[in-house]
Amino acid sequence: MQDLVPKEYKERNSLVINPVKTCQPIGAMYAALGVHGALPHSHGSQGCCSYHRMHLTKHFREPVVASSSSFTEGASVFGGRANLETALKNIFAVYDPQVVAINTTCLSETIGDDIGSIINGFDVPEGKTIIHASTPSYVGSHITGFSNMVKAMIKQLSEKNEEAKTNNKLNLIPGFVDPGDIREIKRILEAMDIDYILFPDQSDVLDTPLDGNYDMYPEGGVTIPELNDTGNSQATIALGEFASADSAFELEKKHDVKPYILKSPVGIKATDELLMQLMKLTGKEVPAKIEKERGQLVDIIADTHHQFHGKKVAVYGDPDIVISLTEFVLSLGMRPVHVLTGTPDNKFEETVTEMMSDADWEYNITAGGDLFQLHQWIKNDPVDLLLGNSYGKLVARQEDIPLVRVGFPILDRSVHSYLPTIGYKGAILLVEKISGALLDRKDRDTDFELTEFVL
Amino acid sequence: MKNNNAGIEDVLDEVLQSYPAKSMKNRKEHMLIKDQKKGKHKIKANTRTIPGIITNRGCAYAGCRGVVLGPLKDVVQLVHGPIGCSYYAWGMRRHQGVAAEGGKNFINYTFSTDMQDSDVVFGGERKLKEAIKEAVEIFNPSTIMITATCPVGLIGDDINSIARQAEAEYGITVMAFNCEGYKGVSQSAGHHIANNEIMANLVGIEDKELDYKYPINLMGEYNIGGDAFEIERILEKIGYDIVASFSGNGTADQIKYSHEADLNLVQCHRSINYIAEMFEEKYGIPWLKVNFLGVDATIKALRNMAEYFDDPELKERTEKVIAEELAQIEGPLNRYKELFEGKTAFLFVGGSRAHHYQNVFKRIGIETVVAGYEFGHRDDYEGREVIPDIEMTADDRNIPELEVTKDDKKYNMRISKAKKEELQQKMPLDYYEGMIKEMEDGSIVIDDLNHHEHIKLTEALEPDIFCSGIKDKYTSHKMGIFSKQLHSYDYSGPYAGFKGHLQFAEDIAAGILNPSWSYINPPWKDNVELAGTIGGVR
Repeated sequence: MQDLVPKEYKERNSLVINPVKTCQPIGAMYAALGVHGALPHSHGSQGCCSYHRMHLTKHFREPVVASSSSFTEGASVFGGRANLETALKNIFAVYDPQVVAINTTCLSETIGDDIGSIINGFDVPEGKTIIHASTPSYVGSHITGFSNMVKAMIKQLSEKNEEAKTNNKLNLIPGFVDPGDIREIKRILEAMDIDYILFPDQSDVLDTPLDGNYDMYPEGGVTIPELNDTGNSQATIALGEFASADSAFELEKKHDVKPYILKSPVGIKATDELLMQLMKLTGKEVPAKIEKERGQLVDIIADTHHQFHGKKVAVYGDPDIVISLTEFVLSLGMRPVHVLTGTPDNKFEETVTEMMSDADWEYNITAGGDLFQLHQWIKNDPVDLLLGNSYGKLVARQEDIPLVRVGFPILDRSVHSYLPTIGYKGAILLVEKISGALLDRKDRDTDFELTEFVL
Repeated sequence: MKNNNAGIEDVLDEVLQSYPAKSMKNRKEHMLIKDQKKGKHKIKANTRTIPGIITNRGCAYAGCRGVVLGPLKDVVQLVHGPIGCSYYAWGMRRHQGVAAEGGKNFINYTFSTDMQDSDVVFGGERKLKEAIKEAVEIFNPSTIMITATCPVGLIGDDINSIARQAEAEYGITVMAFNCEGYKGVSQSAGHHIANNEIMANLVGIEDKELDYKYPINLMGEYNIGGDAFEIERILEKIGYDIVASFSGNGTADQIKYSHEADLNLVQCHRSINYIAEMFEEKYGIPWLKVNFLGVDATIKALRNMAEYFDDPELKERTEKVIAEELAQIEGPLNRYKELFEGKTAFLFVGGSRAHHYQNVFKRIGIETVVAGYEFGHRDDYEGREVIPDIEMTADDRNIPELEVTKDDKKYNMRISKAKKEELQQKMPLDYYEGMIKEMEDGSIVIDDLNHHEHIKLTEALEPDIFCSGIKDKYTSHKMGIFSKQLHSYDYSGPYAGFKGHLQFAEDIAAGILNPSWSYINPPWKDNVELAGTIGGVR
């Protein structure tokens, strides 16, 4: 029940109630799973690793394996060096990963463990790689942690060959998205005949088939040679300012690979921008089959516009997807009236505010907000639809508003991680979901005598 | 398999082969094969997990905030720390709770101070005080519980004195729990920290005249999937009155006068046995080890309870309820037994459930071939008689012990010493026998199972069902073996009592018999007849 949420606002500066973000390490763990043969390792108490594995497992319904330095009180006082060294020895002996990707926690950050120096003193087995990212839980959100781990991949692994010869490839950072999205991005790149290095890549890692064999390191993931090669690419496209931009800038700083920061390609406009950018960089044409998909999407929107026009929406979740979703619902003729992310960053508010410049209705935009705040907004200015992760169901039930699940995490529905939200195909699927939710509601609320077959 | 312990020993040897020498020595002591002839069995438990070995264990915070405190409905659970710990404790354990009439229910909310880097540098006390103030202004709760996450202890925020100040300022109960994640070796440390604090500062702070004939407390039952609802239904049908629940579907307000009960029922021995002992020391209330999972265990528990209160009318009512409940489920349950006969289970769960569920499986024809606890202690494996022999480790010593003494005003010896001794001959009064005694010869007992051991043992023993938690559920599925979560019950429950046993059998059937397992091998893999020529000669 969410019946204790009052309509009346009270000042609240220190208490967060029902967050729309979690902490950095889970983002780092998710990013690390997109490297082939990688075992994510959490340098801190066991509980962090356990929580993150559980949470990712619930979203993907797939095994998520990671190890921990298993800090005790002693390690917290004397430092975690011995724990990390023991951990690495055991990991390579027992679990034999190609890569160990270490993230820190608030515990190891607070005591100031220097992971770089611990690793430097460690005898890494031949052919194996260790990367590490600083991911203090008390800064940013899980999106920051994702960004930091991807940045670590670049910082520690990307190289430029001596002759400074290009590999004629494009780097592409998809952001904190599902395997289904990554498959769609690859399909578009391949349809355009573009040679690419995509990282991190969780497809074929977190969407593996059930064939009776368990493989701790499935076939997917970007490889270490590919990550080494990113310095020789001609450009980097980063999808999602918050999850991906820093890594693209790091590549520019390190190897002068030009960065292009785009929105997460959710919806028609953001996907158009991605394709235009790809054309501009590669000179390749958008193939007819992709253009046809775009046309189908436009056709669907035109044919069903009456379902969406003027409907009020609340959008919440992670910043990159919320920005693109807001743009998309605007393009459907809907009215986003509450837009909220839990990740604290003023850029979010600036971007969404700019997007809303033509809006002639009242709206709320916040970064660093929580679900309690969103709920209060809705009590004061009700909406027709909620668009966001599973946690919104509490608000949806309490206020009797339909919820379309999109983003992270989705814990109470399945298949989402296999299907794209991005691209024209993803947009078609989103339209179907939004339309279905609105019409199910209309059917439920229409007098039986007035029920119609054609809507 | 039962008579072939040598074969099982080879399996364990093979499992141990992959470890570096030091880790191998450590892990060897955490596993054994049940052998009646050997007499006593000794296992290593409640010791540190080796860093890097992929454990299922969580932390002290999870055991405190998540397990013990989480189910209390009327409490604002304020987590002091960065956002993650509060976020992950929000609605993930399936402890259900329905508000008492007019009561508040905070279970669907999570509260955090969302500590930032400046708080870590300059201290988070100001923020915590302000968060308490805001919670009081918005929700006006009767109790706030503050739980500490890792950085709190390291930067030295004094949550205890802040709790005392807030209690004075707002006139409500405010408690602080120093359950930083690095304490102890598993969730078990958090159970201790939570329970000790509750015993010291919540139990007995209020007296209440109760017009109850058979007042009892339910201890160590956390209402996962609604188990406590079903247990309450049966107990109330017989005529018992539950004074307080520790803590499934429970409230802090009830715990305040829980010393008014005449018997403590202990479901999960691991998480709360020491509190039950303290109740006896301080208030004179004995405890009875019960298990409401499984029809046979439930019947045993109900009969023992009636025997304890020694009232013919209660005994009669107990038998009547048993007969009524059994009549509803016995037929279908027997059919499931026929269906499952000969199947085997691999259980790795909890500090009690790997034991509790063995009778549940047995009743439906499934034999447990491996069982282990994630955070059990030696007494949970070997029985309470081993407690004097358990060596204290440095990690144990870091968790403050609570000493209680007889409360002269509130102490009331519920049964005489002689009566107690008589009852102890018949039932586990103040006693728990542990898991191992009930296991079959040739079965494996394994403590703090890890990812590697899970896979190796599954490959070697090919059980029909693997019961653990979400982290290794899908690993098991990839190997083609149905996995049922016994931490959270997946999406189902209650499994307690009579109807619960049937519900469990139905869920096991749904899992094991699901057609998907038969589709794993594509039909063309072993079909050599597929040799057409359309599109060109092969």
